[in-house]
Amino acid sequence: MLVSWSASEGFAPQEAEARPSRCPDNSAFKQQRLPAWKPQLTIATVLSTFFLTGAFCLSVGICLILSANSVREIQVYKCSDCSKLRENSYNWNIECLCSVDFKLKEDMLGDVFMYYGLQNFYQNHRRYVISRSDAQLLGRDVNRSYCAPFTTYNNGTPMAPCGAIANSMFNDTIDLFYNFNSSVIQVPLLKTGNSWWTDKNVKFRNPQSHNLSSAFAGTARPPYWQKPVYLLDEEDERNNGYINDDFIIWMRVSAFATFRNLYRRISRKRHFADGLPAGNYTFHISYNFPVTKFKGKKYVILSTMVWSGGSNPFLGIAYVVCGAAATLTGFIITAIHLKLRKKKTYFQK
Amino acid sequence: MADPIRWARYRWQRLISTEGREVSSSSNSSSKRYQSSKTASKHRIVIPCLGHFKEEYEKVSKLYMNNKIRTTKYTLLNFIPRNLFEQFHRVANLYFLFLVVLNWVPLVEAFQKEITMLPLVVVLTIIAVKDGLEDYSKYKLDKQINNLLTKVYSRKEKKYIDECWKNVSVGDFIRLSRNEIIPADMVLLYSSDLDGICYIETASLDGETNLKQRQVVRGYSEQVSEIDPEKFSSRIECESPNNDLSRFRGFVEHSNKDRVGLSKENLLLRGCTVRNTEAVVGIVVYAGHETKAMLNNSGPHYKRSKLERKVNSDILWCVLLLILMCLTGAVGHGIWLSRYSEIPFFNIPGPDGKLIPPALAGFNMFWTMIILLQVLIPISLYVSIEIVKLGQIYLIQNDIDFYHEKTDSTIQCRSLNIAEDLGQIQYIFSDKTGTLTENKMVFRRCSIAGQEYCHEENAKRLESYQEMDSEDEDSADAQYASLNHMSKRRGHNCRAVNESLKKKSLDQLSGSYPVAGRENSASDVPHAGHVAFSSRIETDVVPDTQLLEKFSQISSHSYQQSEDAVSKLSLETTYIIDFFLALAICNTVVVSVPNQPRQKMRHSSLGRMPIKSLEEIRQMFQRLSVRRLSSSPLPSIKESSSESPNSFVSKLSIFKMKLASPALDGAAQRAAEPHNPDSPENPQLSEELDMVNVAAGSEHHSAGSSVKGSSPLSKLCYEAESPDEAALVHAARAYKCVLQSRTPDQVTVDFTGLGSLTFQLLHILPFDSVRKRMSVVVRHPVSNKVVVYTKGADSVMMDLLGTASEVGTKNSEMEQKKIKERTQKHLDDYARRGLRTLCIAKKVMSNEEYTEWLNHHFLAETSIDNREELLLESAIRLETKLTLLGATGIEDRLQDGVPDTIQALRKAGIKIWMLTGDKRETAVNIAYACKLLEPDDKIFTLKSQSRDVCALVMNKILEGIQKNTSAKKTKSQKLGNVSASPTTQAPAFSAEKCRAVVCCQATPLQKSVLVRLVRNKLKAMTLAIGDGANDVSMIQVADTGVGILGQEGMQAVMASDFAISQFRHLRKLLLVHGHWCYTRLTNMVLYFFYKNVAYVNLLFWYQFFCGFSGTSMTDYWILILFNLLFTSVPPIVYGVLDKDVSAEILMQIPQLYVMSQKSVAYLPSTFWITLLDAFYQSLVCFFVPYFTYYGSDIDIFSFGNPINTAALFIILLHLLIECKSVTWIHAVVIVGSILFYFVFTLAFGATCKTHNPPSNPYWIMERHMTDPVFYLVCLLTTCVALLPRYLLRVLQGTLFPSPVMRAKHLDKLIPEEQREAIKRWKDDCVVNCRMEFQVTSGSSSSATGAVSEEESIASVLPTSKTPLQFCSRGGLVEEVSLSDIQDESGNTNSLSSERTVFLNLSKETNSDSYGSSNCCAKVSQRTSEEGKSAISLAGLNTEQV
Repeated sequence: MLVSWSASEGFAPQEAEARPSRCPDNSAFKQQRLPAWKPQLTIATVLSTFFLTGAFCLSVGICLILSANSVREIQVYKCSDCSKLRENSYNWNIECLCSVDFKLKEDMLGDVFMYYGLQNFYQNHRRYVISRSDAQLLGRDVNRSYCAPFTTYNNGTPMAPCGAIANSMFNDTIDLFYNFNSSVIQVPLLKTGNSWWTDKNVKFRNPQSHNLSSAFAGTARPPYWQKPVYLLDEEDERNNGYINDDFIIWMRVSAFATFRNLYRRISRKRHFADGLPAGNYTFHISYNFPVTKFKGKKYVILSTMVWSGGSNPFLGIAYVVCGAAATLTGFIITAIHLKLRKKKTYFQK
Repeated sequence: MADPIRWARYRWQRLISTEGREVSSSSNSSSKRYQSSKTASKHRIVIPCLGHFKEEYEKVSKLYMNNKIRTTKYTLLNFIPRNLFEQFHRVANLYFLFLVVLNWVPLVEAFQKEITMLPLVVVLTIIAVKDGLEDYSKYKLDKQINNLLTKVYSRKEKKYIDECWKNVSVGDFIRLSRNEIIPADMVLLYSSDLDGICYIETASLDGETNLKQRQVVRGYSEQVSEIDPEKFSSRIECESPNNDLSRFRGFVEHSNKDRVGLSKENLLLRGCTVRNTEAVVGIVVYAGHETKAMLNNSGPHYKRSKLERKVNSDILWCVLLLILMCLTGAVGHGIWLSRYSEIPFFNIPGPDGKLIPPALAGFNMFWTMIILLQVLIPISLYVSIEIVKLGQIYLIQNDIDFYHEKTDSTIQCRSLNIAEDLGQIQYIFSDKTGTLTENKMVFRRCSIAGQEYCHEENAKRLESYQEMDSEDEDSADAQYASLNHMSKRRGHNCRAVNESLKKKSLDQLSGSYPVAGRENSASDVPHAGHVAFSSRIETDVVPDTQLLEKFSQISSHSYQQSEDAVSKLSLETTYIIDFFLALAICNTVVVSVPNQPRQKMRHSSLGRMPIKSLEEIRQMFQRLSVRRLSSSPLPSIKESSSESPNSFVSKLSIFKMKLASPALDGAAQRAAEPHNPDSPENPQLSEELDMVNVAAGSEHHSAGSSVKGSSPLSKLCYEAESPDEAALVHAARAYKCVLQSRTPDQVTVDFTGLGSLTFQLLHILPFDSVRKRMSVVVRHPVSNKVVVYTKGADSVMMDLLGTASEVGTKNSEMEQKKIKERTQKHLDDYARRGLRTLCIAKKVMSNEEYTEWLNHHFLAETSIDNREELLLESAIRLETKLTLLGATGIEDRLQDGVPDTIQALRKAGIKIWMLTGDKRETAVNIAYACKLLEPDDKIFTLKSQSRDVCALVMNKILEGIQKNTSAKKTKSQKLGNVSASPTTQAPAFSAEKCRAVVCCQATPLQKSVLVRLVRNKLKAMTLAIGDGANDVSMIQVADTGVGILGQEGMQAVMASDFAISQFRHLRKLLLVHGHWCYTRLTNMVLYFFYKNVAYVNLLFWYQFFCGFSGTSMTDYWILILFNLLFTSVPPIVYGVLDKDVSAEILMQIPQLYVMSQKSVAYLPSTFWITLLDAFYQSLVCFFVPYFTYYGSDIDIFSFGNPINTAALFIILLHLLIECKSVTWIHAVVIVGSILFYFVFTLAFGATCKTHNPPSNPYWIMERHMTDPVFYLVCLLTTCVALLPRYLLRVLQGTLFPSPVMRAKHLDKLIPEEQREAIKRWKDDCVVNCRMEFQVTSGSSSSATGAVSEEESIASVLPTSKTPLQFCSRGGLVEEVSLSDIQDESGNTNSLSSERTVFLNLSKETNSDSYGSSNCCAKVSQRTSEEGKSAISLAGLNTEQV
């Protein structure tokens, strides 16, 4: 009021300047009158949310269950003889081969993945998880890392790769044979392309040198390893050293103590163009990795995949349960509402 | 020599202490220590830094501080170390520092070493920036002040030159002109005023706008010319610097060893403004930080809100929870380890190749877990709370409803951290005058000689003011102000232009904080702002027609019948004339002219009158001492002694003037004794007639002159010390009985009918609360008789009236009696109407009587031992056998909206106590007027002299209440005496059952004691509101102090946490902002707890699957930033902007306040439910992904990513569910947070190959973005996690809506429906409130069903602890009698120390105030000295209603 009055006068600007009114702005923000959406929990909105949620969850859940049901998976427990042998760590040098027979009752169609599973292996132990050097795996020199005590040997030779993760790498070799009409056909397996593309091409790099063995010159293999890192895959130069797929996959530390890691994929050639046909198969395993030390177990798993992942039906069931619960709640609320409507004295009409 | 050290230590203590209460107390005590030690050690010697003293000066003054001030805490150099030092005083910060250090221990480290520091560094930086900015603004202000200019005498140039304030040092001579600010404490050596007086305005120091007089040092006042610093050869010795504003002791020692004493009358204080005096010269004695003003600056005070205390206790719970979780981890890890007989692959051996034993590993794990789970203790909570509070304060300050156009002021939040306490107030302690009322005394009615003049027109005028809604008045004020401002701008020299700048810094000068509202109005609006008690509503009085007619008779009588008019003039007319003369004279009002504000008006009646009239009335006025000031430079002693025949008397009277000044300072406390001298009453009648006759004769001559003089007259400004005085003078002016000028020894009144009359002022017997009256003794110019005019409270005045007139006829005696009866009737009527009543009486003394009294009085004044008692006795002896002239009724109008506000606050379950210094009748009347009491309330009065009696009465009253409750419908009220001693708590306990309490005649100390009592004994949240210096102690004691920007100055505002301009603003402040702030902050705090617990538990659950090894499945950076960046802004916005119920509804339904008052939103159960919900949500959030990915080849960070993302969604959507209103800001912030999270994780995942050695989230988010399972998992997790909370809210909202929910629903209705719904609400409320109560406290207060609304609210109050609390409308009206204070002072040392604190505060106001509140201060002071007589006095006006 004051301002408007003075503005009409001759000396207005000076006046307004000299005596700015302390009156606060009448803006919506300052007066806390911003237009606001006030979520009102009326019966209509409440019921619609519950029923909609319920319907959505139920449908998603059913889809998930159906798709998970189409997954074929077979788990094979590994040989016990060798495991007894490996119990004694003095025998680590002794080779142990074992074969496991199993039968596929139905065809496994599509891409079939071969996993090795470990139980009770706490890969997620805090000090284990950090015991690696990403810089080293990128082919750089390592100055500082969390690898201790698997950094160097007592004589100062650095370990390549360093750290507990690398040291404890899974080192069994598994081959699959198909007993087809009493003839034994080795199932062709793909050992590359199993890891993440980014891991293989960005995150892991071999040190720069004209050949791999000279690149790793001056380093030594980790204590548990039987061969140095540059001999991990002697057949394929692009799958050797740090960029070996098995190594990369092992280095991706699992979230749980019981886990599986992708080992091989079935190459869809000839007999196996559609996947694994039903029949008798044999695993030939060179047993190296000791599991009894930590009271663990090893498996070999063959599995197909769908869009929703593996054979785990949990997500689908959870969706169904959640949807059912939401729908049920909706019905209960409707019932209560109907019952109480007569008694209502509140303002909702 | 030890002084500088002590000084340094003192300053250090002041700066170090950060806790609020401790600040003031410690600084007080330390300053006292400092002060006492200083005084004990050495006095300060001040020597002018000139001439022959040069060497000695340098020796002595080296140690004194110069005038440069520095109020900043930090310098550029010490900022970082010092700020860190202070910040680590906070336990929370120390805790986080401990965590950081812990993380550097290799055995237990959980994160990368540097990363743990991040949150702490961020928090410290934010706080440091805030502190730095605050300090910088202080620094700028300091600089501004230090560079102000003043005139300092320079020896080189032999004249006064401009110098910056900071260069002024002790011993400098400073010359100040009118309206300049005093740069340092200095002793006044010269004033251009002829009486050696200098007027200063202390508004910036204590906020009082009336002028204070300061006197030139004795011996220097006789000098005619200005003092020459070169010739000044004396030395000044005075006290060492101290913070006592009301004391200054010292002496000037001349070169001939003569000593002249110095008192506070000679001291000009830094920060005050010179007014009314052309030029003054002084010598600086204290400079800079040693000035009294700076020493009084205790700085801002911090309070800790109730909520914050509760938050702290809940944080302790969190700590407990954390320890529990860590213990689980430690034990689990130990057990897990012990399962393995040999080293497994995944367990890394120590350097020596061996494993540490499980027990030790478990112990280490404990610490690791503490680091890992540290987020459970929300470090960001403290920062967020501070930010939210700042935001809330910002919004409160910008509320347009708090804007008061008239004063151009809005609310000031001086305390930043107790806004939410506004929502929890249970007791309001309110001052009356100026708080509930406008403190604008308006003359309403008067009764003269038994005839009432009800001033109908005036009443109409007042009504019209109300209707105009003060708009017109405002614009007029503003126009006037602006014009004035303009003229000032043009008229003054360049110095005046600087003035507004100076004004702004005034607060800083006086060591206080800049306060909006006053400075500008003070500098720009001399009329409206400067002169207190002079708004139009107060100054304009429309005369009563009836009375005006009688006035015209005076004039016409005197015109037409010249000589024989005497007989025709009725008795009544003389009464009227005397009545108005008394109104005009019997006061201490200072007159000034507005366009030269603060210019003392010295009126020469001779100069104004035409010669002709002068000639004619010369013989009538022959013996009147007329002071020709313009011509005579001689001191008044000589003049009056030469002109007055009664020279002895005159001399005495002048002597008295000098002597009486200390008595005016409030030190004069007199014991009242029933005094009935039997000297005969004077025959005043004949004299009166004589006077009128003479005056009538001169009338027609002076008529012309008075017309001429009327235009300047109308512009006279009256500066009164109390509003009542101003009102009376203005009333007299309305009847053309104009007070023209006042000097220490004469008063000039321009009376239309009689011309200008100059009274020789013989004595002023100032007001004190013991006598309850004041008197002036004047020599009547016409009759040359000594006349005493007295005005005072009717209770005392009626007893002093002359009963049997010996000289008067029987007729007149009868007449007198009749007048007395009728006046008493009118007085009672006035009191019923809530008017402040005053009786006016007079007494004519013969010269002989006067001389006799004067002798006694002279003796009293000269006696040393018990001078005050004698003076009191002397005054009592004078004020006897008075003739009642009439009575006045002054209305102190209630402020706008006070009754509504009080009613609303009461409905909100707040108990209101009114504490006033007024007498009981007035207090009760006002209480009725403002609806504090209702007509059908029952009032109990409690008053007693001793504690035992008091207790007895209390018990009776309690019984009474009990009876009333059984009758249910009876409403009870009590008027009680709070025996505020710590041992008797009965009053307080019974008081909690009463609806309203009125405490009368409460001294400031008693007020604060009461507040403290309620606060401590009842554990209630208290709010004290007041406007004057007498409320300061109460405001400081209460949990929340509210000051009103009233007419009495800034002291209350300075002490307050919130300053508002009108009482009615309290309604919105409490009901709306209090509610909002509280609910917002509690919800935010609860949300923070929820958020942290929910998030941290994700990590905790993972421990069960990783061998309790302390692994986190989320990348550390994201883990830390999750709280710091991704989820920090939404809760802050939520805490600042959430609005559960609209302001309109909150205002209309005060009952909603109970929700926040009872902490419904933050009960212990709410806290635990929130934690439970957090646990549930974290369980869902962890285990849905866990089971989904169980047994798959998922890696650890890929597993963490959906969990983290789902947690983000859950936490943000949870906020959305909790939000009561979602504005675009909420939407932007929430969507922004989600986007930010995704952008960050994507960018981080794309770039981070090795930057983050141990954990490596490379490309994980990118992969998940193309994986449908990721979305499905996040969706399901979010749904399942939020479903229960949503269901809970749904059930609450539809089936069992809380009042707040229902109120929220009202917002949606169209206005008509809304109105109806609100009406229905009130019927409904009973049920709901009770339900709420049962929910809240669980105690089944068996309040019965069919009770009224108020009763139900009362039952909600926590006071229901004993069986008798049913009485809901039970109220207490308490009357504090003087005895209590005495009890108390005898009892506790702590209280008596308080007393001294208070006395320091009040002395300034005591010095010359008339206000009743201040009298209380005097009494309390006095009681400590001699309690007995005070008790008997206290008994005078306490009675059962």
